[in-house]
Amino acid sequence: MRTTQKWAGIALGCTLAILGGIAAGSPVNEAALKAGDGPVQVKIDNFTFAPTPLTVAAGTTVQWVNRDDIPHTVVSDDKTTFKSKALDTDENYSYTFTKPGTYTYFCSIHPKMTGKVVVQ
Amino acid sequence: MAEQKKDEILYDHNHDGIDRRGFLKCMAWAGTGALYVMKGGVLNSYALSAMGDPLPKEAKGELTFAQISDSHMGFNKPANTDVVGTLKAAVDKINALKKQPEFLLHTGDISHLAKPEEFDTVDQILKGSVAKDVFFVPGEHDVIGDDGKQYLDRYGKGTQGGGWYSFDKKGVHFVGLVNVMNLKAGGLGTLGPDQLEWLEKDLKPLAASTPIIVFAHIPLWSVYPQWGWGTEDSAQALTYLKRFGSVSVLNGHIHQIMQKVEGNVTFHTAMSTAFPQPEPGKADSPGPMKVPAEQLRDYLGLSDVKFVRGKHALAIVDSKLSEGAAARTENNSAY
Repeated sequence: MRTTQKWAGIALGCTLAILGGIAAGSPVNEAALKAGDGPVQVKIDNFTFAPTPLTVAAGTTVQWVNRDDIPHTVVSDDKTTFKSKALDTDENYSYTFTKPGTYTYFCSIHPKMTGKVVVQ
Repeated sequence: MAEQKKDEILYDHNHDGIDRRGFLKCMAWAGTGALYVMKGGVLNSYALSAMGDPLPKEAKGELTFAQISDSHMGFNKPANTDVVGTLKAAVDKINALKKQPEFLLHTGDISHLAKPEEFDTVDQILKGSVAKDVFFVPGEHDVIGDDGKQYLDRYGKGTQGGGWYSFDKKGVHFVGLVNVMNLKAGGLGTLGPDQLEWLEKDLKPLAASTPIIVFAHIPLWSVYPQWGWGTEDSAQALTYLKRFGSVSVLNGHIHQIMQKVEGNVTFHTAMSTAFPQPEPGKADSPGPMKVPAEQLRDYLGLSDVKFVRGKHALAIVDSKLSEGAAARTENNSAY
């Protein structure tokens, strides 16, 4: 449990660093985006993916964590690139984005929930 | 963990792990089901928990059946950590009716996570029903992860495509539709061209005087698209139903009673046997309502007792949390 929390902390740190970079319009923080730093987290809460859009470097692993008390899924729009099983409360799913591009995804149970990952 | 204490067993008189006092409190808001009576080609609906037993005099007709919905077997969070108990109570309530419904309809979200053991548990509980026939349609929770393969293996015998089918009972034509497969990003429930084509053909030979009952999980009318409470291509399906004099559409998905009359079509949604959801737009998201059981009555009481009369179709809808139901729950909890 302690390990998980630590990971979450690191991931959140990365996410904030990236967001900060985008918000300020400054060059993307290379350190934060470097592949192999650990997963970048997307939180699922209140039927919403956040942050979205999320910009990461190629090779980055994105981890989605479900904080709702209802299950959700993470499925690429083409339904083949990535596709999680049902994530119950506090379960997570990770996918490593190796190729640059824009990846849109949704929750196949609640398709009104959509998100985007931009891989540079 | 403080919330969990509410669900501790305090009065286990029969040593069967069921706290009847806490349980009945739960049943004040966990919908048990709806009873439908077809009378003179007109469908009347009654929320079981608001109804006295035996059946009211007016609840007599040529065909009686019951609808249960959204049992979400496997859900175990506040405000209902006992979805097994609330589904059993729904079955008990139906079994206690003097005039037994001829069959049950389950309008989907049988399971919470489409796990085999969740389906097994529901099947086991429904075996306790006096009415032996149960007709299912899937909810989106029943087809998670395998595009409905397991659902079809279990419930799909004799169905078409993604599990749609029709049957006739005492002159009434029933159509079970599937609108939870192949959902697209950003979209609503979907029937799809294959099913629509089948529906058109299925209805074609019927006389316009045939009463039609359509059942599907996600509402076939636009309840609240912002939360996905609607079906993209339902308008097309409804055009095929226009020529019929009496059409009733029964849905689940939104865990609350709503009804609407539009021309010849009466739309109903049923409560969940598991947990309530907020009224459209009254919360940040459609997640389960976690209001304490004692207060939930007030929340759900807003809908009150309703009598809906359209031009052609009638629906009497007793919302379950009428004063009478609340009082009866109190009385029952005394033993």
